[in-house]
Amino acid sequence: MSKKEWPLWEVFIRSKQGLSHKHVGSLRAADAEMAVNNARDVYTRRSEGVSIWVVESANVVASDPSEAGPLFEPANSKAYRHPTFYEVPEGIKHM
Amino acid sequence: MEKDNLEVLDRNFQDKVDREIKIEPKDYMPDAYRKTLIRQISQHAHSEIVGQLPEANWVTRAPNLRRKAVLLAKIQDEAGHGLYLYSAVETLGADREDTIDDLHSGKAKYSSIFNYPTLSWADMGMIGWLVDGAAIMNQVPLCRCSYGPYARAMVRVCKEESFHQRQGFEIVVQLMKGTKEQKEMAQESLNRWWWPALMMFGPNDADSKHTAQSMKWKIKRHTNDELRQMFVDVTVPQAEQIGLKIPDKDLKFNEETGHYDFGEIDWDEFWQVVKGHGPCNTERVAARRKAKEDGMWVREAANAYAEKRAKRNKKAS
Amino acid sequence: MTKQEALFEFLLRKADDSLIIGHRLSEWCGHGPILEEDIALTNIALDLIGQATELYKYAAKVEDKGRTEDDLAFLRLEREYKNVLLVEQPNGDFGKTIVRQFFFDHFEHLFYEGLVNSKDERIAAIATKTIKEIKYHLRHSSEWVIRLGDGTEESHERVQESVTALSRFIDEMFYQNDVDEILIKEGIIPDVKLFKDEFYKNIEAILEEATLKLPAENYQMSGGRKGVHTEHLGYLLAELQYMQRTYPGMEW
Repeated sequence: MSKKEWPLWEVFIRSKQGLSHKHVGSLRAADAEMAVNNARDVYTRRSEGVSIWVVESANVVASDPSEAGPLFEPANSKAYRHPTFYEVPEGIKHM
Repeated sequence: MEKDNLEVLDRNFQDKVDREIKIEPKDYMPDAYRKTLIRQISQHAHSEIVGQLPEANWVTRAPNLRRKAVLLAKIQDEAGHGLYLYSAVETLGADREDTIDDLHSGKAKYSSIFNYPTLSWADMGMIGWLVDGAAIMNQVPLCRCSYGPYARAMVRVCKEESFHQRQGFEIVVQLMKGTKEQKEMAQESLNRWWWPALMMFGPNDADSKHTAQSMKWKIKRHTNDELRQMFVDVTVPQAEQIGLKIPDKDLKFNEETGHYDFGEIDWDEFWQVVKGHGPCNTERVAARRKAKEDGMWVREAANAYAEKRAKRNKKAS
Repeated sequence: MTKQEALFEFLLRKADDSLIIGHRLSEWCGHGPILEEDIALTNIALDLIGQATELYKYAAKVEDKGRTEDDLAFLRLEREYKNVLLVEQPNGDFGKTIVRQFFFDHFEHLFYEGLVNSKDERIAAIATKTIKEIKYHLRHSSEWVIRLGDGTEESHERVQESVTALSRFIDEMFYQNDVDEILIKEGIIPDVKLFKDEFYKNIEAILEEATLKLPAENYQMSGGRKGVHTEHLGYLLAELQYMQRTYPGMEW
C-alpha cells in the first residue's frame, strides 16, 4: 500500500483556439481532477494553453515500432494520393 | 542467430543516430544506451529538485516583493523542469519514485554545485548568473540529443530558463550599483561560487569516462572542457564589465588562441563533494528525504480516496 | 476617521492577509509532499504575493506619504500588520496548510465576489483579476480537504485535528469596525455579515463530504485586525524583514 505510486497521466494541451491538442509530457496524479489541476500548474505556467486533456498512460495503446514497415511503408508507394502525381497542361490555372 | 540479430539491431541503431534520426521510447536501443540515459536524465532531474533547496533558503528573506515573486517563480520552474525530466526517464521504463529513492539512498548523484550553502542574498544572484549560466551551456546542446523525449524536455527547459540567468545577473548588477556593503557582498559571493561553477562541467576530458561513448550516441555534443572554456570566455567579460574580480590569479586572455587561460580547478575538492563530503550534501538529501517521508500519508490518502470513489461510481452505474 | 484613512486601513488588512499567507505557502517551496503539489502550492503563493503587491501599491497611493509598496510590506512594526490570525498560523503538516487555505479561500471567494462590484474602480479592477485566482485556489483546497478527510484513517485523523485547531480563527475574518462601516456605506466593500451564513454553509457542505466536522463549540480568537497577533507572526516578520532591517535604505 505505502509503496503504491500515483498513476502516470499523459498531458495534451491546446495552445489556442483553432489548434488541436498536442502531447506535452506526463505527470503523476491520484485522480482525474488532480491530473487536470497538476497539468495546469506544471504545463501552462506561461499561458501555454486554453484547454487540457489528460489520459491515464496505462490507457494509451501505441503501435509497435518493429511493425513500422508493414504499417507505414505501404503508403509510400501510393503516390497517386498526392496532387503532384498528376500532370496538368501548362497554362491551366486554379487547379 | 540471436547474437547476429542483435548486432544488426545495434548497427541499425547507430546508423539512425548517425543520420540524426531521433530515437523514440519504444524503438530498439542498446541496453547500455538506455542505462546511460536513465542515469543521466535522472541525475539531471535530481539536480533540478535538489537545486530548489539552496534558493528556497532565501525565499522567505527576499528583500522586496518583486524579488520574492521572481525567486519563487524561478524555483518553481526548477521543480517543473525536474518533472519534465522525470517524465523523460519514465519513457525509458524507469520508475520516477525508484530513481528518487536512489537519490535518497545516495546511490544516484546530482550536480555538486547544490551542495554549497547560500549564505547571502548575493548568492541568489550568483546562482542565477553563474550556475544557471553554466547549466544553459550544458543544456542547449542537449536539445539536439538523440533521444527524442529528452531532447523535447530540454527544449522546454531551455526556453523557460532564459529568464533565470537574467534575473540572477540583474541581482548582481543591482548590488554592484549599490553601496560599499552591497559590492562587497557581491564580490564575496563570487569568490565562493566561481570555482564550484567551473566544476559543474565535470572532470577534465582525460578523466571523463563516459564522454566518448556519449558523444558517439549523440547524447552529448561537446566535451566537458570545451563547454567549460565556452563558459569562461563569455562570463569573464561580463564580470569585468560590472566591476567584479574573478578569483583566479592565473586568469588571462590568450591572444593566440582567442580564449581565456585559467587556473587549475581544485580536483580534490571536486571529488570530495562528489563523494558526499561537500558542505551541504547531508542536509540536501535529508531535506528531500524528509519531504518524501512527510508526504507519504498525503499520497496514500489521495490513493485511498481515488479507490473509494472509483468503487462508489461503479456501484452507482 | 476619514474615508481615505478607512480605505488605507482596509487595503493594508487585505494586503497583509495575502502577503502573510503567501509567505507561509512559500515556505513549502522545495518541500512539498510530491513534486506536482510543490508546484501547485508555489503557484498559489505567487498569486497571493501578486495580490498583496497590487493592494500595497494602491495603499501607498491612498496614503500619499511617499511610502512604496515595499515600505509597507517590509518596514512596519508588528503591531502595524493587520492580517487576521488565521493566515499567520504555521504550516504544520500538509493537511494543516490545506485547511488554513480552505477556510481562507472560502472567505476570500465570497468577499472578492462582492469586491468586484466596488465603486472604487481600482479595487474593482484588482478584484476582477483576483477572483479568478481565488476560484482556482478554492477548488484546489476544497478537493484536497475531501481527499484527506475521506482518504485513510490517518489522513482523516490528522486533518480533523487541523480543522478543530484552526476553526478558532474563522470568525475573525468577519471582524468589522468603523473602517468597514464607512466603506460599506460608500459602496466600496461588501458587508461580510451578509454572507456569513453562506460561508458556513459552503464549508460545512465540503467538510461533510470529507467526513469532517467543525467542533460544536469553539472559543473564537481575534486581535489581528487590531495588530495584536499570535506569537508566530514575530518570527515570520523577522525573516521577511531581515534584509530591509539589516541593510536600511538600500536598493535590491
